[in-house]
Amino acid sequence: MSLTLLYVQTLNGLQLGVLLFLIAAGLTLVFGVMDFVNLAHGVQYMIGAYLAAMFTALTGNFFFGLALALPSALLFGLLLEFFIFRHLYARDHLDQVLATFGIILTLNQAVKVIWGAAPLSVPIPEIFSGSVVLMPGLLYPVWRLVIIASGLAIALLLGILVTKTRIGMLVRAGATNAPMVSALGVDIGRLFMIVFGFGAMLAGFAGAMVAPILSVEPGMGDNLLILTFVVIVIGGIGSIRGAFIAALMVGLVDTLGRSFGPSILRAFLDPAAAAQTGRALAPMLIYILMAAVLFFRPAGLFPAKK
Amino acid sequence: MTVPMLELRHIRKNFGALNVTDDVSLTIPRHELHAMIGPNGAGKTTLIHQISGLLPSNSGTLLLNGEDITALDLPQRARKGIVRSFQITSILPHFSTLENVALAVQARSGSSFRFFGRADREAVLNDAALAALTEVGLQDRANLRAGLLSHGEKRQLELAIALAAQPSVLLLDEPLAGTGPEESAVLTDLLRRLKGRLTIVLIEHDMEAVFSLADRISVLVYGKIIATDTPQAIRDNPEVRTAYLGEETA
Amino acid sequence: MIMRREILPLSIFLAFAVLPLLGNFGSDAFILSIVTRVMIFAIAAVSLDLILGYGALVSFGHAAFLGIGAYAVGILSAHGIREAAIQIPAALIVSALFALLTGAISLRTKGIYFIMITLAFGQMAYFFAVSLAAYGGDDGMTLPGRSLFFGYDIAQSERAFYFLVFACLIAVYAACRMIVTSRFGRVIRGARENPQRMEAIGFSLFAYQLTIYVIAGTLCGLAGFLLANQTQFVSPAYMTWQRSGELIVMVLLGGLGSLNGAILGAAAFLLLEEGLSHFTEYWKLYFGPFLVLVVLFARGGLMGGFKRLTGTGDGR
Repeated sequence: MSLTLLYVQTLNGLQLGVLLFLIAAGLTLVFGVMDFVNLAHGVQYMIGAYLAAMFTALTGNFFFGLALALPSALLFGLLLEFFIFRHLYARDHLDQVLATFGIILTLNQAVKVIWGAAPLSVPIPEIFSGSVVLMPGLLYPVWRLVIIASGLAIALLLGILVTKTRIGMLVRAGATNAPMVSALGVDIGRLFMIVFGFGAMLAGFAGAMVAPILSVEPGMGDNLLILTFVVIVIGGIGSIRGAFIAALMVGLVDTLGRSFGPSILRAFLDPAAAAQTGRALAPMLIYILMAAVLFFRPAGLFPAKK
Repeated sequence: MTVPMLELRHIRKNFGALNVTDDVSLTIPRHELHAMIGPNGAGKTTLIHQISGLLPSNSGTLLLNGEDITALDLPQRARKGIVRSFQITSILPHFSTLENVALAVQARSGSSFRFFGRADREAVLNDAALAALTEVGLQDRANLRAGLLSHGEKRQLELAIALAAQPSVLLLDEPLAGTGPEESAVLTDLLRRLKGRLTIVLIEHDMEAVFSLADRISVLVYGKIIATDTPQAIRDNPEVRTAYLGEETA
Repeated sequence: MIMRREILPLSIFLAFAVLPLLGNFGSDAFILSIVTRVMIFAIAAVSLDLILGYGALVSFGHAAFLGIGAYAVGILSAHGIREAAIQIPAALIVSALFALLTGAISLRTKGIYFIMITLAFGQMAYFFAVSLAAYGGDDGMTLPGRSLFFGYDIAQSERAFYFLVFACLIAVYAACRMIVTSRFGRVIRGARENPQRMEAIGFSLFAYQLTIYVIAGTLCGLAGFLLANQTQFVSPAYMTWQRSGELIVMVLLGGLGSLNGAILGAAAFLLLEEGLSHFTEYWKLYFGPFLVLVVLFARGGLMGGFKRLTGTGDGR
């Protein structure tokens, strides 16, 4: 019984990890390549979810909705980049924090005005609805498996893109040494735009994929954004590989810590105290993990910069 | 027998496979002005970084007055008396010229964990700072914002900062770089006056200045010292002529 | 020159001093309460300015100290200890210890990592508060009343409380002004401009930066104590990362590294919030773009504008 729960929670942790990776992948490059502190990446995720909800409602089909939401999220990211972000790359971190904080306030409020304050819900696509028996006694929702699979597929694709293509090599070089890349005659402005747009689309994709299982509401990106930061910092800024490993780590630690923390503590404490401490400790686990990683490796597990 | 002021034993720094400084050993007696010359990329600045503690060495030992200081970092070595200037002028541009120097005095005069009293009104600090400014000829500029000084004056200021920190070893990384003929003459004069009072390690591309100032000269090529000797002997050393002077004077 | 520099802080404090004396506030405690709130957040913003403006350390977890100060009041009150002479030292000491511990780890990192790790510690404090089921958990807790001062219930009157907060603001401002011009403060300011130069003349900056981080956290703990007293309510909402962001916004809005700017920024932020929310429920829809425009076109915040108007120098 407890073992089944462990499997279920591991899958849930995996699903959270994959989600975090999708959001972190673009953001870690934005941090690493452009040295740009973008707090507004979480709203890209929210926008993705809202766009998917809207287009799904309009077309009556989630996949048509997704197909329309992705380019719209990309377009939206590019517009933000064009009108605001590119004027901030040369500024110091504090200016970037202030401006992108302003964008969060604006967009969280704007979606409320446009789509209302009440959460929207998106139905799970017909063919992926329901659950499947993975093992005797282990029933798991198909859609969550789809999320995990598509996230892993994208991670694989990104890995190939970054290591095997010219643009990927430029991005990696940019994360290691940006001035060097621009000295080589690469249009760094264009590179930034591509990275940024791509990151926005990935975050939007993440938002769209979870729209059927979470409620789509204003501010939904805010807390996920913080988890994403934890992922990026643990993985090492600018490293896709680091983001992937750290995302799975954070997803699993957070999910398993919340469900099994109290029972593990019961081995050391009396039940009431264990439950109490477990509840207090579980949400803090990933931050403790992050502090520990930074204590021993101040630039994360896989620092891109030498 | 006297203990040398500064002793480098088998100092090495590599970036990946590249040895920037390679097994450098050097003994500098008290109050010597020791110049370091060599083609660009020979590792001179890296060596200064290693002596000052800005860059940790990969191996080797560094002794100051017989004491092993290899494990100390930049500020710790500064407190021991190793003070340096930078190739690219490094000052506090928004502080007044006087305060730039007063901070260096402050570093060597009592605790800086004092939270009461205005630091810019401490006569002890300001007097010593003004003395150092006078020494380099910048006393008229004391109240000017340091960022507004001319390039040559900034080089002078950096020297005043270094002097105010009461060095026993002064490391100067191209103090004449980018200065015009007049500024350069002022600075050379200043170095001549300092000679014999302090132990000085000087990197400089101005050969005229180097050969007129130095007690001894080391020639660094590809991270290795190929010769250390008096200026006259270095001038006559055939190996040095082919490796370095030949290219430059030809 | 010296006189000119003192005009601004003097007029700010004069305005705070005469405000309760003007007009008939007996019926309209509303304005009094808003300005009290402004002064409390001004204390928090001034303390943040020490690390953000003078230390050039972008800390994104400063609201944690606001929460720690507030919970010191809340938790002690819940156990029947309403004496400020116990609550205030508790608030300050716990804030200082939290700052010492988190600062010692955070300051090992630089740049974006520092921003992120301070953010993470702020979140840790937030989730810890959420988990305090005995003290209201997510919902927070209502206090039995304001703190007692040596047994007397003097802070119960809005006007008396106003002047208490005012006195705290003056004390904090004066302390910070003294710190930034002291020997210690000069090292901090020097490190902001050129850390390598400072190390090359013998300053090991970590100890200085950790000290300023602890001072700032402790002072913000005092603001937390006052905030809990004003609202007579304590909740994890005091230490969300958005709140830390708002504190940064206040300091930047007013102008970095001048202390005066932090007070003006806190006033501007809270009054704008109050004013805009009178006209529209969606005030953030206007405030957000305003922030972006400030960054893009009005560098230096309100103090920058003030300096341009009066021609005063660095504001130090």
